[in-house]
Amino acid sequence: MSMVLDYAVWFALLCFITAMLFALVRLLHGPAAQDRVLALDTFYVNGMLTLLMLGVRSSSQAYFEMALLIALFGFVGTVALAKFLLRGEVIEPW
Amino acid sequence: MMSGVEFPLWAALPAAVLLVAGGLFTLVGALGLLRLPHFYARMHGPSMGTTLGTGCVLVASMLLSSALAGRPVLHELLIVLFVVLGSPVTAMLLMRAAIYRDKARGRLKEE
Repeated sequence: MSMVLDYAVWFALLCFITAMLFALVRLLHGPAAQDRVLALDTFYVNGMLTLLMLGVRSSSQAYFEMALLIALFGFVGTVALAKFLLRGEVIEPW
Repeated sequence: MMSGVEFPLWAALPAAVLLVAGGLFTLVGALGLLRLPHFYARMHGPSMGTTLGTGCVLVASMLLSSALAGRPVLHELLIVLFVVLGSPVTAMLLMRAAIYRDKARGRLKEE
């Protein structure tokens, strides 16, 4: 039974890595800045999922904490970039 | 592979199905990001893909670590919480930023 699970984990890893490549292509030549920010958002989520897959493969808890940190900081980073695109400043002075 | 751990059938089979489904959702979302014609169409793909794919993968991860520990392990719910709360917020902010920028450059008609 572990064989099927093993193949499923490999398949999911391949999917996430391909998705990261797609996001990287969009990140490198997205026509507008908002395309690049969206691609970066997709990129970090897929990186987080890849880490989770590695955690499932190795049955270790360390990968979960890395994935949690990536989810938190990636969200904050994307919000900051979107704010920058919207206003030209991230933290506005009075 | 899998550190030689043998998972029970009730955990391994749903987890395998969820992992394949999550991988496919995420891949389709990223393909949409790559192939769709303009930004407002490209917005949809990754939002759907990341939320649904992350949900599937995290449920599978929860199942497997619960089967491994012999008790319910629910700390993956934290990542689900962050992604489910964060994804619509980032999508909305990016969409507002894109509309603002397109209006400022005159590429979008004022309604």
